[in-house]
Amino acid sequence: VTQPAVLEVGTGRSPRGRRGGAGRPSWSIFVVLVAALVATPVVAVVLDGLLAADEVTVPRGLGGMVVTTLGLMVGVGVGTLVIGGGLAWLVTAYRFPLRDVLVWLLVLPLAMPAYILGFVFLSTFDVSGPVQDALRSVFGRDVWVPDVRSLPGAVLVMSLSLFPYVYLMARAALVEQSAATYDAARTLGAGRGRAFWHVVLPLARPSLAAGLALVMMETLTDFATVQYFGVKTVSVGVYLVWKASFDFHSATQLSVLVLLFAVAVLAGERALRGRARYTQRGGRGQGMPSRRLTGWRGWAATALCLLALAAGFVVPVVRLLVWAVGDALSDPASFLDPRFGEYLANSLAVAAIAATGCVLVSLMMGHALRLGGGRVVGAGAQLTTFGYAVPGAVVGIGVLLAFAALDRALEGLGVPGGTGLLVTGSVAGILYAYLVRFLAPAYQAVDASFAKVSPSMTLSALSLGAGPGRILRRVHLPLVRPGVAVALVLVTIDAIKELPIVLLLRPFGFTTVAVWVYQLANENFWQKAALPALVIVAAAVVPVFFLFRQVRAADAVRSGG
Amino acid sequence: MRRLPLAATVVVLASTVTGCGFLGIGGDDPGDIQVYSARHYDLEEAFVEYEEQTGQSVDFIYGDDAELLERLKAEGDDTPADIYMTVDAGNLWNAARQGELTPLESPVLDEAIPDSYKDPQDRWFGLALRARTIAYNPDNVDPSEFDTEDTYADLADPRWKGRLCMRDETEAYTQSLVASLIDLYGRDRTLEIVSGWVANDVDIMSNDILLIEAVDSGACDVALVNHYYYARELDEHPNLDVKLFWASQDGAGTHVNISGAGVVKSSDAPKKAQQLIEWLASEGQHDFVDGNHEYPVNPAVEPEPLIADFGDFTAMPIDPEAYGRLNAEATDLLAEADYR
Repeated sequence: VTQPAVLEVGTGRSPRGRRGGAGRPSWSIFVVLVAALVATPVVAVVLDGLLAADEVTVPRGLGGMVVTTLGLMVGVGVGTLVIGGGLAWLVTAYRFPLRDVLVWLLVLPLAMPAYILGFVFLSTFDVSGPVQDALRSVFGRDVWVPDVRSLPGAVLVMSLSLFPYVYLMARAALVEQSAATYDAARTLGAGRGRAFWHVVLPLARPSLAAGLALVMMETLTDFATVQYFGVKTVSVGVYLVWKASFDFHSATQLSVLVLLFAVAVLAGERALRGRARYTQRGGRGQGMPSRRLTGWRGWAATALCLLALAAGFVVPVVRLLVWAVGDALSDPASFLDPRFGEYLANSLAVAAIAATGCVLVSLMMGHALRLGGGRVVGAGAQLTTFGYAVPGAVVGIGVLLAFAALDRALEGLGVPGGTGLLVTGSVAGILYAYLVRFLAPAYQAVDASFAKVSPSMTLSALSLGAGPGRILRRVHLPLVRPGVAVALVLVTIDAIKELPIVLLLRPFGFTTVAVWVYQLANENFWQKAALPALVIVAAAVVPVFFLFRQVRAADAVRSGG
Repeated sequence: MRRLPLAATVVVLASTVTGCGFLGIGGDDPGDIQVYSARHYDLEEAFVEYEEQTGQSVDFIYGDDAELLERLKAEGDDTPADIYMTVDAGNLWNAARQGELTPLESPVLDEAIPDSYKDPQDRWFGLALRARTIAYNPDNVDPSEFDTEDTYADLADPRWKGRLCMRDETEAYTQSLVASLIDLYGRDRTLEIVSGWVANDVDIMSNDILLIEAVDSGACDVALVNHYYYARELDEHPNLDVKLFWASQDGAGTHVNISGAGVVKSSDAPKKAQQLIEWLASEGQHDFVDGNHEYPVNPAVEPEPLIADFGDFTAMPIDPEAYGRLNAEATDLLAEADYR
């Protein structure tokens, strides 16, 4: 079923087909509205800080924080790129023992929040952990061990828990590449390596950039893991200033610095994607042909995959299980909170609504962009990804401030009671904050799929008289389905793990599993926290399994084709 | 698009299970009193007990103290909160300073709580007391090694080199301890002290339980910990190779901090809220503090047996304003001393 591959290399500044065209006004307005909605909480925070401030206090060691942040981001970026990108290439380009199982098992570390992995890692390897205890009992108490509670330790743990973002995006890109492109390179005389470096990798670059951007933003907004490891990033710095000075305003000024980092990440992603856009004719590709690795090479490949899987998922799960069982034995009465089912239902329901909402919005934005609309629409769509780079606590307070302003405005207009307690009296505030935070992973995934749909496809449909709605349903949606599936999974998992937003905006009587873990962990009841932590992991594994089905289906198509 | 219907199914299921409660549509029947609390331990048990005794139901939301205060401010007059509760004197001082708490006139509270543990203007009241003091390994340390006058300051002495473990600088416990030292000794002397700890190669850890385990295993000789974490570990492992030493008993006293509460300015049930705080400070003291091994603020109430065994100690007087005002300076000082 191989069709001749035609590679369209967009040149200059019009990467998305009809970018120059006027677009459809209603679709363009939609994008701009979404952008405004997403920007509102962040703008509210910045305005609040700037208006209330009479002086700017620069915390000591700001330069050090900036260097630390850069170090962490570069470290985790390289780490996830090597682990995630490398593994994606391995499972796509080669066949080796257990490869068919590993190809989807490797997504599992995504279900393990970095803050849980970090805690397990430290409790195992830090000064009072079993490893150093054993070393001391063998070599005496002055035995030298590397400092695990350090920047390299944080880089290792965050890379292990975040690499699936790069893995997923890279793999989707490699699978979607049409075999014909690769074949053409080989026919023209390129060796396997050359075809990889000059054809496969450049084609995968937009997806790698998207995955990497998500990793960078996760790294930038992390509070818990970096604090475990004593790594003082600018985000932690902002939080510290807020807590220590008891003054939110003074912290908001500094948060502008975090926003600068976020801008840098997004600009970096754009730069990494480059100006060129690659689309392939012949619809969705069937990927490259894979080669069998035999003998020790095959087993070495298996071992590499297993190592990443063990470090990022299996070992921490086993350790949590041991704790949970220990707790169950020592305290069977209070082992399981009777409201467990309710917490879980809350987590899942909010995550499902958030995922569905974010993906629908992303789909419509990608579609609107395809219909044209010019630079404003393009910029608007970029802006919506910004929220992911803003720490959850900041988004949460932004939502509070925005609703407070709306409330005052409505009361000023004579609406009795204004919005009342809309934002914290229901889950509306949480869902809004989730949209702001998680539109980015959804949009990145959907957009990466859109990027591979040739503009001529849209143009053909338009010239054949199909309306925008029909094109969305009949042309774009079927073509970007892989991106949609990835987006649903990413947002669902992120939403299940999210803590600061829920903590801040939840109405009375609304508890999620993540909040439950936090309450226990915050008071160092780690044995008791093990079970709910496992529940979070398990809840996040479920959407990963739906992704597996799709990965496997794609695999089946490949081997069948 | 087989996945969207799936998501929808989950939503419908969850809505059915929780009766739409999670969307705030059906909603929980709100209790008589709503509490925003940065304290979690045993709150539930105490509130259940209160409801049994008085018929007044209490709901609480647990969260970070600074974030809950921002929420309180943003909700303004619409806030459902009646009581704001935190685990740090500085935070209470700050909430009062920002005008979020209302003064109470209460003979019960005046009698139950010593002046040193409440706001001079009666806007907030301490309810539980914790001490941050020395935990040491008796195999490696003879208690006579400690300076009994300036115990915290003396840990900067070179004889403690390589023997210390402490909590990270992002933790409020560390900050409030250093703030109280600044209040006591002034900034310059405190900087010398903290720099001395750093020069002694202090091992920094991210929670108190790890600190106690490190002392137990002999990885450190001496750590600074909250007394209740030690009590909790001792409760679980009676053979713990760790002892407690009350710091600075011949000097300014051991560093303490309070958990406390105040009635929210825009509360719609201030009387009921006041009654709850009064109960927590008197009959409810045991329910409030014992489960977490804390000291009652009410001098008429005995501490629970396990911590009573630790013996009496002199506490360093709490100056909430200093804890609040000096906290930022303490953070700055910790950064200057390269404590991390």
